Amino acid sequence: MSGASISGVGMHPFGRFADRTAVDLGAVAVRAAIADAGIDPGSIGASFCATAYGGVAAGHRVLGRLAMTGGPIIDVEAGCASGGAALQLATQAVESGRHDAVLVFGIEKMPRGVIRSSFFEPWQEQAGLHPAPAYFALRAQRLVREQGITKADLAALVVKNRAHGVDNPDAMFRSAVTVEAVLSSRVICEPLHLWMLCSPNEGAAAVVVTRSASAGPRGVRVAGISLRSHLPGSVLGEDSPLAGVDDLDIVPPTTLAARDAYDAAGIGPDDLDIVECQDTDAARELMVWSELGLCAPGDQPGLLADGSAGIGGRRPVNPSGGLLSKGEPLGASALGQVVELVRQLRDESGVRQVGGATTALAHVIGRGANACVTILQR
Amino acid sequence: MPAAAAAPNPLARLLRVAGDGSARLLGGYSPTSGRHHFPRSELCPYTGATDVEDATLPSTGRLWLWTAVTARPPGYGGPVPYGFGVVELDGIGLRIVTRLTEADPSALREGQPMRLTTESLPGADGGTDDADSGADDADHGADDAELVVWAFEPDRG
Repeated sequence: MSGASISGVGMHPFGRFADRTAVDLGAVAVRAAIADAGIDPGSIGASFCATAYGGVAAGHRVLGRLAMTGGPIIDVEAGCASGGAALQLATQAVESGRHDAVLVFGIEKMPRGVIRSSFFEPWQEQAGLHPAPAYFALRAQRLVREQGITKADLAALVVKNRAHGVDNPDAMFRSAVTVEAVLSSRVICEPLHLWMLCSPNEGAAAVVVTRSASAGPRGVRVAGISLRSHLPGSVLGEDSPLAGVDDLDIVPPTTLAARDAYDAAGIGPDDLDIVECQDTDAARELMVWSELGLCAPGDQPGLLADGSAGIGGRRPVNPSGGLLSKGEPLGASALGQVVELVRQLRDESGVRQVGGATTALAHVIGRGANACVTILQR
Repeated sequence: MPAAAAAPNPLARLLRVAGDGSARLLGGYSPTSGRHHFPRSELCPYTGATDVEDATLPSTGRLWLWTAVTARPPGYGGPVPYGFGVVELDGIGLRIVTRLTEADPSALREGQPMRLTTESLPGADGGTDDADSGADDADHGADDAELVVWAFEPDRG
């Protein structure tokens, strides 16, 4: 079995673009990735398009625009983890020897505000038992209660990510914020304030996966990648059940995926130089730190306070600014993380550059539940 | 009886409301797994066990987690803010996602006794104009029908 590497990346910035369709955004990202890889589009053996709201044959519509049809084009939906799922399929397609080069891209144009999803029955919407921020808030309240985290810590997480986003030209929000300003934004669902929640938005990202042997010196190896779903039982799981049982012995999907990916890469969390992880809301990122093994539960405030998780710290988390700065176009968000990490590992990130990074982890978690963890090395 | 042909109640298999207005949640129990679940499922959702029996769930519990939804979400035409949380039912350990009649989070505390009640909610088009719900409600044919849903209220009894 041959290894798989990322040989090219491209993005359309995340934001709001009233005059562009999701297909327009995707075409920009795909062309950029193909150019970055320096590859003949005709050598792409298969394409995977990640999208949750893109509709029928979204991938065909993008590649049709670019005269890149003819091979298999497969749309992949896995909620917030759609891009991770697509990247895993592409990696497998290369590792198996079936294809020498595979294109992966994610596209999305989200409606404004609270995400509306066919995931719920109409009655559940009518009953008000569906708003994502309400579920986020319950998880946040539990985090606050059980791990000694304060609302000021949640705000400090936002401050960290927004500070990173200032210098990311692909981010939607590029202004720094203060703890006081975050806590002054209106309460959406206690304890979560508006600025603690990411904004669903629009964007696209693309990567080219090739055999490691032909990826060239700029190639970034996919050292491990795992997509997992939830084990049953947790009432707070991203499968959004109406009931659940005591969940203390139920391993969350993020941890399941992380264990797989660490095993495949032959590393542990202490070997990571840089992390991009799901920060749909401020509490979610802090939960993920412990679920990925970056720290013990309850140690998050210390890592925020001493700068360990910031650019310049021991192990920066979300140097892109995270979804709190970029916004979240579901199908594109996971690949946006991968684009960020590939550029970081290639030393191409300008003022946001994390010095000397060789091992990076990308993580997404969302509806399904779906969690994906990708480990990249150069 | 209502004159219009009533749409089937989507909660008929989840919630039983008696003539006096008292309500019970309809769940399931598997002796093999030793666990209750809700809504009632053909298989135990935790173990896949096939020996599921009907179980009328306890109507009292303790508050575990709670918040309030302050902005009207898409597809929802009821009042805001409204309480939202998780109540652990007495005796069986099952945790239920539920509306709460108390919409002020600071008025609630962990472990406080709660009691099952119901709330009646209008269709999404029955509320005030809402930019978030927009025109994509056209496919929700039964939007005008009221919905009676479970809720929990502080048990001050």
